[in-house]
Amino acid sequence: MIRFLLKGILRDRSRSLLPIIVVSLGVMITVFLQAYMDGVLGDSIEWTAQFTTGHVKVMTRAYQENMSQTPNDYALTDVDILQPQLEKDYPGLSWAPRIQFGGLLDVPDENGLTRAQGNVKGMGLELLNSSEEIERMHLNDYLSSGDFPKQAGEVLLSRELFNQMGLTLGDEVTLISSGMWGDMAMYNFKVCGTLQFGINSLDRGFMIADIEDLRLALNMENSASEILGFLKEGYYINKEAQNLSGSFNQKQTKTQDKFSLLMLPLSDMNGMQFFVAYAQQMQYLIVLVFVMAMSLVLWNAGLLGGLRRYGEFGLRLAIGENKHELYRSLMGEAVMIGLLGSIIGVAFGLLFSWLMQKYGLDIGDMLKDSTIMMPTVMRARITSTTYYIGFLPGILSTLIGAMLSGIGIYKRQTASLFKELEN
Amino acid sequence: MIVEVKHLTKKFPVGKAYFTALKDLNLSFAEAEFTGLVGPSGSGKTTLLNIIGSLDVPSEGEVIVLGKSVGRLSPPEAALLRKQELGFIFQNYNLLPVYTVFENVEFPLLLLDMPARERKKRVLESLSWLGLSDKVNSRPAQLSGGECQRVAIARAMVKRPRLVLADEPTANLDSVNSHNILQAMLKLNQELKTSFIFATHDEKVIGYLKRIIQLEDGRVAEDRLV
Ligand SMILES: Nc1ncnc2c1ncn2[C@@H]1O[C@H](COP(=O)(O)OP(=O)(O)OP(=O)(O)O)[C@@H](O)[C@H]1O
Ligand SMILES: [Mg+2]
Repeated sequence: MIRFLLKGILRDRSRSLLPIIVVSLGVMITVFLQAYMDGVLGDSIEWTAQFTTGHVKVMTRAYQENMSQTPNDYALTDVDILQPQLEKDYPGLSWAPRIQFGGLLDVPDENGLTRAQGNVKGMGLELLNSSEEIERMHLNDYLSSGDFPKQAGEVLLSRELFNQMGLTLGDEVTLISSGMWGDMAMYNFKVCGTLQFGINSLDRGFMIADIEDLRLALNMENSASEILGFLKEGYYINKEAQNLSGSFNQKQTKTQDKFSLLMLPLSDMNGMQFFVAYAQQMQYLIVLVFVMAMSLVLWNAGLLGGLRRYGEFGLRLAIGENKHELYRSLMGEAVMIGLLGSIIGVAFGLLFSWLMQKYGLDIGDMLKDSTIMMPTVMRARITSTTYYIGFLPGILSTLIGAMLSGIGIYKRQTASLFKELEN
Repeated sequence: MIVEVKHLTKKFPVGKAYFTALKDLNLSFAEAEFTGLVGPSGSGKTTLLNIIGSLDVPSEGEVIVLGKSVGRLSPPEAALLRKQELGFIFQNYNLLPVYTVFENVEFPLLLLDMPARERKKRVLESLSWLGLSDKVNSRPAQLSGGECQRVAIARAMVKRPRLVLADEPTANLDSVNSHNILQAMLKLNQELKTSFIFATHDEKVIGYLKRIIQLEDGRVAEDRLV
């Protein structure tokens, strides 16, 4: 019987073509939108994760309370013990110690007098021993001249600051800041390259150097402002990050202590909570909208198709089906059409998502003056959800459409359905 | 008796009143009959056929088909009766256009959950009774009117029903084709002992009938054997 119905669907274009096109299109757009939203929202989340929060972040309680001021007097100590411990306890994650700081950058002239000065924010990362952090933060994309530090004492500056202070590559600059113990810290760097992020707040004054240099500069031996954890999946998964943090924090005793450890998931930092929730809700919203819109179209298509088929229905009643069976077989047809359309739609949706994932859409020019921390290339992201999400609106909408349009069978008397045969 | 009609009255609601299409009919039909309901348009032929076919129910009285009282069957029970015991033939054939001749004839057997090999045997046999063996894979649109009606007869006969109900089966056919299909049905009536009840005012059909029931204004005006 299923084969019989399938033959009917495939041969009767007027019955199948429009619904399959509607379903395919709707499913395709759903799939693409999901991957796109997930990609763009997800990329923004990743951007924040890579630059500031990690997927989770370990720090001291006191540091966390004033996190935006990067209070290094409350930095993590004994990192050579803490980091291996984290690696052992959470083997799935990769851990990156960082130093966040702010200060004054001073350019001396040949006599040692100040030639130019500017405020900087900066970061100390592991740059010399591995390229992991460079890849993680896609720093290659932002390098506008010179090269990454190859030896101790080298620094990357943001392009705008570099130009403003009239520097050339190889010049010396002095960082003036406060050390971990409240002391005054001064340290000389050699500029080896420049970065351009396309984000005003960063381009105005930002520096990146190897973490060991900053440990020396700020008297932070064996310390780090924070240790960022990154999930092995390569992107933020809220539930997983929440669970990790929850279990980590439960293990901490002495939680009154200012220096006791605290792990936070990304969603609990930098006002990301709304953003993360928004990214999740968006998917449901897309599916809901498409289920409703497509159901409406298919309802009408079903009504039109049904009118043409009352003759067939009457005949089938005469041959010995009852109305329930007839209705059920209409639902069966709907599921088949939904499935067929969904498969086509998912295939095309995946194709377009894949293209959008691979090539992306460059909106760098539009964001030139923006202060929002956002990636400049919009990309889709295909996840496991992308594969199945299209089937929800695809099958639901054909079913709902068929259920509504099929009610007509029940409204009519058997004999009057049957009457359609006589005209 | 395979059909007994006792004090059958059928009323249709028309606005606030009723229209009485059948008035206190009493009839019975035996096995292997070849009977026609004849009479002017509006006399109630189709209405009676529909009730015997369990597609409609009596307003008063009782119609018993193969031991089952049509008015008391639930819709699924009525469907089961049609599926297992009854065959229908219509004025305009009502073949399903997207299916081949074979598939159209096979359809009633699919509903009976018959295994594929048995189905194939029955369908081919039924098509050969009606001289359609060379049209197995044709679509209805490729057939003449007479061939279409023969396919419809093959479809009605394929499950070897006890009773076949045919409403104006020749209305769309020329006289050669009308005689053709009537001879085919008469042969099946004799060989398989299937009862046929026609509704018709076609003289050609009337010439083949063995019993003629004349309806007038919802009543039996005459019931005679030929
Ligand atoms: N569903 C209905 N509602 C109201 N009246 C009906 C209905 N069905 C049939 N009738 C009426 O009942 C009467 C008998 O109809 P029926 O179709 O049985 O006639 P018939 O003998 O088959 O006529 P014809 O030879 O034209 O096919 C007609 O007057 C018709 O208008
Ligand atoms: Mg009639």
